[in-house]
Amino acid sequence: MQRIGVFICHCGTNIAGTVDVKAVAEALGHEAGVVFSTEYQYMCSESGQQLMRKAIREHKLTGVVVCSCSPRMHEATFRKAASLEGINPYMVEIANIREHVSWIHKDMKEATEKAIILGRAAIAKVHLNQPLQAGESPVTKRALVIGGGIAGIQTALDIAEAGFEVDIVEKSPTIGGKMAQLDKTFPTLDCAACILTPKMVDAGQNEKIKIFAYSEVEAVKGYVGNFNVSIRRKARYVDETKCTGCGLCTEKCPQKKVPNEFNMGMNNRHAIYIPFAQAVPKVATIDADYCMMLKTGKCGICSKVCGAGAIDYKQQDEVIERQYGAIVAATGFNPIDAKAYNEYGYATCPDVVTSLELERLMNAAGPTNGTLLRPSDNEHPHTVVFVQCVGSRCTETDERGKPYCSKICCMYTAKHAMLIREKYPDTDVYVFYIDVRTPGKNFDEFYRRAVEQYGVHYIKGMVGKVTQNGKQLRVQASDLLAGEQLHIDADLVVLATAIEPDKTARSIATMLTASMDTNDFFTEAHPKLRPVESPTAGIFLSGVCQGPKDIPETVSQASACAAKVIGVLAKDKLTCNPCVAQSDEMLCNGCSSCEKVCPYGAISYSDKEFRGPNRTTLIRRVASVNPAVCQGCGACTVACPSGAMDLKGFSNKQIMAEVDAICQ
Amino acid sequence: MSHSNNATEQVLRSSGVDVRKCMRCGKCTATCPAFDEMEYHPHQFVYMVEKGEIEKLAASPSIYKCLSCFACVDRCPRGVEPAKVVEAVRLAVIRQQGQNHMKSDDIPALLDEDMPQQLLVSAMRKYSK
Amino acid sequence: MPVTEYKPKIVAFCCNWCSYAGADGAGSARLSYPAEVKVIRVPCSCRVNPMFILRAFQRGADGVIIAGCHPGDCHYTSGNYFTRRRMTLLFSMLDYLGIERERTRVEWISAAEGAKFSKTMNEFCATVAALGENKRLEDLRCKK
Repeated sequence: MQRIGVFICHCGTNIAGTVDVKAVAEALGHEAGVVFSTEYQYMCSESGQQLMRKAIREHKLTGVVVCSCSPRMHEATFRKAASLEGINPYMVEIANIREHVSWIHKDMKEATEKAIILGRAAIAKVHLNQPLQAGESPVTKRALVIGGGIAGIQTALDIAEAGFEVDIVEKSPTIGGKMAQLDKTFPTLDCAACILTPKMVDAGQNEKIKIFAYSEVEAVKGYVGNFNVSIRRKARYVDETKCTGCGLCTEKCPQKKVPNEFNMGMNNRHAIYIPFAQAVPKVATIDADYCMMLKTGKCGICSKVCGAGAIDYKQQDEVIERQYGAIVAATGFNPIDAKAYNEYGYATCPDVVTSLELERLMNAAGPTNGTLLRPSDNEHPHTVVFVQCVGSRCTETDERGKPYCSKICCMYTAKHAMLIREKYPDTDVYVFYIDVRTPGKNFDEFYRRAVEQYGVHYIKGMVGKVTQNGKQLRVQASDLLAGEQLHIDADLVVLATAIEPDKTARSIATMLTASMDTNDFFTEAHPKLRPVESPTAGIFLSGVCQGPKDIPETVSQASACAAKVIGVLAKDKLTCNPCVAQSDEMLCNGCSSCEKVCPYGAISYSDKEFRGPNRTTLIRRVASVNPAVCQGCGACTVACPSGAMDLKGFSNKQIMAEVDAICQ
Repeated sequence: MSHSNNATEQVLRSSGVDVRKCMRCGKCTATCPAFDEMEYHPHQFVYMVEKGEIEKLAASPSIYKCLSCFACVDRCPRGVEPAKVVEAVRLAVIRQQGQNHMKSDDIPALLDEDMPQQLLVSAMRKYSK
Repeated sequence: MPVTEYKPKIVAFCCNWCSYAGADGAGSARLSYPAEVKVIRVPCSCRVNPMFILRAFQRGADGVIIAGCHPGDCHYTSGNYFTRRRMTLLFSMLDYLGIERERTRVEWISAAEGAKFSKTMNEFCATVAALGENKRLEDLRCKK
């Protein structure tokens, strides 16, 4: 039997003005288990807390009920005071008689009655309270960043800056991501490589950062503070430690007909290659699908020319295991495949390109060395048509497109249009738009400059179809403001394709037990207040994997994400919320209902031995909750058909007792 | 500005189209092969039905110029199906003329130089049940 | 007209993150609602076991309301979706048990919606009061 003390707060006149506090103290004093009941002017004040502590000492209280303001206000205060007297802090319950009683009811009799009932409910709950211990778990002081684009690089640099180790796992041979492929950036028009490559070098040289390029995450085990990750280091057939990145092998390689993915397949590379000049790590990689030596055993030229002796045709994939305290998903995006859009002729007309392809066509390191030439005949285009929202803002059920706005297309199209008009003033540029969305610092000014200074023709309407018409493209479009249908003979058509999360994101999310939305974007813990954390503890989100973003937004989110990661790594031990779910193994029937509803992947199943009748042993599959991962929502407790799952601090019995007390 | 009336409701019901899904991109009109013939264009049909301006549409020859080729339906990124709206307006007009059910014998009498043949096909599809 | 004043008993389950804070907001703004409403704090609306609701009806409650975060805003990502499904199922069974459907309700009330909390509680109380006293669900297991 508990020995409960009840303390009623006047809160000046806030409570005492409408609640007869003396009557409440009197009434609650007669409740079963209550050995002490009093009222005081301000319970939260220093003297109020002293009063409570004295009563705990003198009356040997085991539980405390404070009838005062909302527990959201002073629950922590009273718990702390109680724990100073050696009572478990979770033996304190608050009856909210200010926000829920005195402030909303005017009639004293009515308010007093309600205060007594709420007090009774709290007493009933305290009777069933159990002392709870907040668990602790150690923290591995190293972070993993999955994805080496600008988001991953920035997060890694910021974490390393704070003095913690970071690993970057990048699936392609170099870090840099999509930003490395861009020509210029809006709205300042500075060159992407000029601002990105120094960061790549910083990441490569930082002694706290270890880059696993050409590697993939294969399995993730563990929980916040203690993740164990298997990383597959794919065979490059080049020893990373020996290769100097001189590039001689890439020049001498006889296999020259490999589509160059860095230039969106618009030119070719060799079978042994370095993706681009500023690659980090600057190491050659052999493409096993095209290398003659690996396919037929005949060639070996790269090995012969390599002065460092770095070529190793026998290299195998290697799986390494590393421990981390926190994991950052920075898996990024890809443009959608425009081939499905027959009406725009992307698959059939070579002069219909996507915006990312145009970036490469305009880049000095691109297939045309920076001169804008159309792919079909390398002629300079005189009329360029941009089509916006290709695959963005479609219906949920659309098979080709995405329901969301891709956010970056309006601005990069304005950038492209502006750059073309600046470099080639003889070119007519048309942009077909549904809406021009420019929320961002200096964004609308930028778009207006494209129209007003550079004379880009913005037309409210959509392109209906693009067909090859001799050497040109016939673009049929609507001009909604003029109420016309336009037929434009264009030399180049650029599709502002929607962006989608990288295809690998889904499998990574599954490994991380991080949740995703229907579009495969990672879900944040709270859409407004916790935007860089996944609901799964210890998993953080950086960049476009969480939702469409431009570069400045990505970088700010990446830094915010790093701050959150540092918050975890800086702790020696993580304290867990003790109000977590707990499974009674004797009742559990191993049905997995709880596992399915758990949003955090905190529940796992294992086979356990139990004593059966007649000295037999039974093996049953039972659930167990990892208290470090469980957040205490209680979804599993309701899903459990056998009543094995319960939530500490809000147990079935406690809530039932409250219901009973209220309905008395 | 909304004139919610019986005619509008009838058009909305018989077409089964939710005109509020339209995001006014104009791809239907951009894609329409009968654009030059039409007074009101596919996107205007959707917009004017939303505003309840059925009378204007009903009085316009546009309803007979639509080829019912369904290009607009195919291309619409929001799944609005403008051709169905056009057809519903057309249907409302025909029904008002007391020709609720069209018989194949009636077709020659209705034939007119300007009427595209696919309209007949479309009409048959709709009435022959 | 002589009226013996009938006071319904109403239990409100409020999730800690949104609706309980909304109730606090109603208090801070002094937006009154009937004293018959008594709030029980739960971590998430998905912690509300249908059993609790039946228990309340068994013990003589006249109405039970569950309030949680708006869909998509759940502190635990998806808890309120579970609530929505579970309660839809339970409510359809209450009809079968002979308890009026109007005696139960699920509402989404955010931490900022003190006014909505008060308005919802006023409406709900009026609805329940109009239905009159509830038939007490009998527990056959412990019939005295």
